[in-house]
Amino acid sequence: MSFTFDLNTIWFMLVGVLFIGYAILDGFDLGVGTLHLFTKSDTERRLMINSIGPVWDGNEVWLVTGGGALFAAFPEVYATSFSGFYVAMMFLLVGLIFRAVAIEFRSKQESKTWRQFWDISFSASSIISALLIGVALGNIAWGIPLDSNHEFIGTFWGLLHPYALIVGVTTVALFMMHGAIYVVLKTEGELQSKVRGWINNTIIFFIISYAITTMATLLYVPQMSANIQANPWLFVVPLLNMLAIANIPREIHHRREFRAFLSSCASVLLLLALFGIEMYPNLILSNPVIANSLTIYNAASSQKTLWIMLVIAILGMPLVLAYTSSIYWVFRGKVKLDESSY
Amino acid sequence: MDYELLSRIQFGYTVGFHYIFPPLSIGLGLFLVIMEGTYLKTKNELYHQMTRFWVKIFGLIFALGVASGIVMEFQFGTNWATYSRFVGDVFGSALAAEGIFAFFLESGFLAILLFGWDKVKPRTHFFATIMVAFGAHFSAIWIVVANSWQQTPAGHHIVETANGVRAEIVDFWQVVFNPSFLDRISHVYMGAWQAGAFFVLSVSAFYLLRKKHIDFAKASMKIAIVIALFSSVFQLITGHWSADTVAETQPAKLAAFEGHYPAEAPAGAYLFGWVDEENEDVTGLEIPGLLSFLVHWDTDEPVTGLQAFSKEDRPPVNLVFQSYHIMVSIGMLLIALSVIGIIGWRTGILFTNRKLLWIFVFSVLLPQIANQLGWFSAEVGRQPWIVYGLLRTKDALSVSIGEGHVWLSMALFTFIYILLFILFIYLLNEKIQHGPVETKAKKEGGRS
Repeated sequence: MSFTFDLNTIWFMLVGVLFIGYAILDGFDLGVGTLHLFTKSDTERRLMINSIGPVWDGNEVWLVTGGGALFAAFPEVYATSFSGFYVAMMFLLVGLIFRAVAIEFRSKQESKTWRQFWDISFSASSIISALLIGVALGNIAWGIPLDSNHEFIGTFWGLLHPYALIVGVTTVALFMMHGAIYVVLKTEGELQSKVRGWINNTIIFFIISYAITTMATLLYVPQMSANIQANPWLFVVPLLNMLAIANIPREIHHRREFRAFLSSCASVLLLLALFGIEMYPNLILSNPVIANSLTIYNAASSQKTLWIMLVIAILGMPLVLAYTSSIYWVFRGKVKLDESSY
Repeated sequence: MDYELLSRIQFGYTVGFHYIFPPLSIGLGLFLVIMEGTYLKTKNELYHQMTRFWVKIFGLIFALGVASGIVMEFQFGTNWATYSRFVGDVFGSALAAEGIFAFFLESGFLAILLFGWDKVKPRTHFFATIMVAFGAHFSAIWIVVANSWQQTPAGHHIVETANGVRAEIVDFWQVVFNPSFLDRISHVYMGAWQAGAFFVLSVSAFYLLRKKHIDFAKASMKIAIVIALFSSVFQLITGHWSADTVAETQPAKLAAFEGHYPAEAPAGAYLFGWVDEENEDVTGLEIPGLLSFLVHWDTDEPVTGLQAFSKEDRPPVNLVFQSYHIMVSIGMLLIALSVIGIIGWRTGILFTNRKLLWIFVFSVLLPQIANQLGWFSAEVGRQPWIVYGLLRTKDALSVSIGEGHVWLSMALFTFIYILLFILFIYLLNEKIQHGPVETKAKKEGGRS
């Protein structure tokens, strides 16, 4: 990997930051969704939904902004991936919107069937969204068939190959673990001790799928380990990632939920950082014709645009971080059901 | 149906559905700032109660706007990939500004607006309200920058890259302040304020008819009718301004607005009419020389007509003519309604005359229809171009998909939009039926 610290690389990182922000924040929302049906009583299920109540909407904005930044900085990637993954994108859209609808609708009627239906919708749409995000990542790493104009020439079913599905399942497992820790952080009493008991299982599920993904990557996707092979000091990233994951059960054991949650955030961050490092400088690999791949150079907007956007980002990002963290500060503490709850 | 038309229909109805919500957010945002500001200044509980009620409605509308808005962002890439490749460099900066400055601002502070009443101080809450309203207005700026650039491209140059031809930015401020930006953003804002004002008038009039929440409804109506009058009168001015720019920059569109065919001739304006596109003729009630007068301040000056353009460069005429004329008529009607409302308030009949109240209950639909038709005129009137003079709509589609894909997404969108619309009406109705809640047991005239 020849690493040059230029505008294209900066934007590679900034787009990465937005998607990592999305994965960390909406990751626990989706994770709560995947665990939702494991809770049984109505109060527990309402607590689950309301634990993400004030924040899930804002968390989704990270995806919208990430998509916008991709469009702006790397229009070729945006155009190729969104039209290439057409059917998958449509299902992701339906999944995300359906989740929003389920959250809004669920507690509006007392009827048991009504609530059961929306509970299943909430959970299913969360699982499908997480799975599709993972499948997309898997495909980007594996490579998709592109022609010399960077147009996708494969089919939807071709995107559902085993490697992409493994990455998909790993993503679901990661969000499940992340979501479980978030619930433990935001709840108390019976629900909290119940979910605390699940954390180890979710960690085991995640570790197993992560291990399988890693094996498959090393065996079948050699380009996804070339960068770290060439720069051994980068091995510190997967190493830290493992330590962050290993730290979670320790913190949970000592009832330090917040630190466990931070560990979990760190593992999401490091995992995606690893993905980014291995992709660099490619954005979408073309498979089988590697030469048609989209990179941060052939897919980018002009230097002028990247520069203007950098100024905008430098002005805006501190503001975003300041008020995002102050909003989380306002809503800190355990979730309680009241009249403004879902 | 062919791929291009199908894709256009899909974009039209998804963006049309989305555009039910943003104008209401913008309009209600302004309304919330005024109400909560009044509460902080006067400490009158009534305004507190009002703010709390309208915040809930705002939250619902905002959520629907976000849910339907995600579709928009995906769609440029999924269905209009070639367009995205062409405009990405120019739109990039506007989109980045929108995401970073507006979206995060709105959605972040909205959480405080909705769930933070007991968690932050009143002044902090008011600050959050201002930020949300500001964010809503700010996000409109960047969307209109992008769209106005499509109407009147400026500040760019066309570059041949390895991936084909694309527009690249030369001057950021020229892109932002392109020739049609200022008039169009003003027109959009006024339309949004009208949408918000008539929405508040509608719900309040409904309460008065049901003899519920009387004080609440009266106070809400008073603020709303002032905003309604102001925005309706200014809408006429911004509308004229906008048409002036169209005359200068997109003569084919202006000619389609009035069905004006002769290449260079003085032109009238129609109150209503029907365009026979085959024979290039309009039947209707015409005021001779009015279009020339509006454009040049002289009834005898010629105006460029459709025959100055070859057939393949003309937009669909009757469609644009009708949507433009209905929009203008509704605009006039809204001015009349606002004036009647103000007079009614002064003479006292506004809050008691049942017929008038019923008119205001249904008036909520008028700005919505006018907003939709306004965009319809602007966008269909720009055809056959997607970026005026630079890129044709038929050359802007995604290459890697086809008709089948569009049918699939159309079916999915129809399904989720029906679901979302039912959700919207259901929750809106529930919140309106539930009504405002008295916040503290202070003495108040009304029974709520």
